[in-house]
Amino acid sequence: MRLLGRFRPKLHGSLIIRAVGDASEFSLTTRLFLKTYPWRRIDPVPCAPLRKPLRDARIAIVTTAGLHLPTQQPFDNEKRGGDTSYRVIPNDADVSSLLEAHRSETFDHAGVRSDPNLAFPLDRLHEMQLNLAPRHLSFMGSITAPNRLIKESAPEAAQLLVDDGVEAALLVPV
Amino acid sequence: MCNQAVSLIAAELERRGIATVCVILLREIAEKVRPPRALVVPFNHGYPLGAPNDAALQTSVIEAALALLERDDVPVLMERGRPRPQ
Repeated sequence: MRLLGRFRPKLHGSLIIRAVGDASEFSLTTRLFLKTYPWRRIDPVPCAPLRKPLRDARIAIVTTAGLHLPTQQPFDNEKRGGDTSYRVIPNDADVSSLLEAHRSETFDHAGVRSDPNLAFPLDRLHEMQLNLAPRHLSFMGSITAPNRLIKESAPEAAQLLVDDGVEAALLVPV
Repeated sequence: MCNQAVSLIAAELERRGIATVCVILLREIAEKVRPPRALVVPFNHGYPLGAPNDAALQTSVIEAALALLERDDVPVLMERGRPRPQ
């Protein structure tokens, strides 16, 4: 397994454990970037309460792992500021066939490539026998200039899920 | 950047009436960006649900995340504790 950064985390079998949610896995350069990047603040924070039991709610997965079907165009890794497009993954997709086209070099891609459920857990949600949406979405999260995401592709994606009657969404970064 | 992207998409979904929960790998980013509901996990980037081909671990993280959908006191930021060493 390729490890990035000067400070190597402890290994427990296949798991890499670090303090919950801290940035110690990254190089100093990446950590400086994280400190100085102008993060977008969501304000006010919107809230759509789930008005029914989870079992009865229609659920979609949204990943930013850059996964796509073999028949779909990969994400554009050269696009300045990041490719804000998304791919539609049908609910009956074969998860093991998904390909990963994420451009970031700051993380180890081996896990998701060996098991896309790690960032797009469609098989897990099927096993849990939840009420799943007919379509799920995959973005590539390496978006440093998110204006197009905020103004165009996220609203378009939201409309697609609304059209499918989606009531709840699980979002998984990578 | 993935943490910001899921948060911004989640906000748009909530504005359209869809309840969301984000798995988050960097607590500091979630505190700045403020996704509506977030479960901060103790895994490295590239491993958001723990480990490949470990269905039990992935399912336990998913269950912890989905449980936050019952909350409406946003922004909700919860930590999932470290898994026990094998």
